[in-house]
Amino acid sequence: MQPVERPLSPHLQIYRLPMLALLSITHRATGVALSAATVLLVYWLMALAAGPESYATAQSIFGSVPGLLVLFGLSWALFYHLCNGIRHLAWDIGYGLEVETADATGWMVVIASVVMTLVTWTLAFMMGGFA
Amino acid sequence: MSMRSPLAHVRGLGSAKEGTHHFWWQRVTAIALVPLTIWFVAIVIAVIGADYETARATIAHPVSAAMMLAFIAATFHHAQSGLQVVIEDYIHIEWLKITLLLTVKFLAVIFGLLSALAVVRIAVGG
Repeated sequence: MQPVERPLSPHLQIYRLPMLALLSITHRATGVALSAATVLLVYWLMALAAGPESYATAQSIFGSVPGLLVLFGLSWALFYHLCNGIRHLAWDIGYGLEVETADATGWMVVIASVVMTLVTWTLAFMMGGFA
Repeated sequence: MSMRSPLAHVRGLGSAKEGTHHFWWQRVTAIALVPLTIWFVAIVIAVIGADYETARATIAHPVSAAMMLAFIAATFHHAQSGLQVVIEDYIHIEWLKITLLLTVKFLAVIFGLLSALAVVRIAVGG
């Protein structure tokens, strides 16, 4: 008897994720990263509440090279999750579910997140941040 | 034929016993976070180059403090509801799953309270 040819799951080591799948897992990854980063929000607010000295310490940590790199990455993650989240909300009410539309809005999300990150950091340095 | 009793059917709570509660509040907090996140980024940019007194006074303003508290509430609710889904999707060892779920929920409450208390201290000058 001929065995039934069942469909196989993607072989993850060699399977190239389609762009839409990559964007989807990135939404999760940025969500998890941002959740972890809330500890920085707690620290920043507590330092501001505690007084000038602890705030200066926080500012020097955030303003260091590793600090700036982490914040830069987090700002992109935040904008990506924000833009892609709006895309998800549109899907929830039934808009943009066609593959071509989802592809197009996916690229819009990627471009918007990069532009928003660059604009934010330009503004931050113009405001004299981390001087 | 449905195996569900008429009462269960009319309640519409399903096997999770809470219906669309989780889904709905994840969306409510998501919608709230769209303007709140943009506001948060704007105020961080505004205070980032400022000295301590200015930064503190900016956050202490009643409108800023209220917005910050709303941002904190929405953020931690949204984070724990998203992490819950990630944990439920990937962790299939029951004790580990429950442990992680409880850890995430408790940490979200503690972090939310710590940051909210900090905002209150900034606002009332304690």
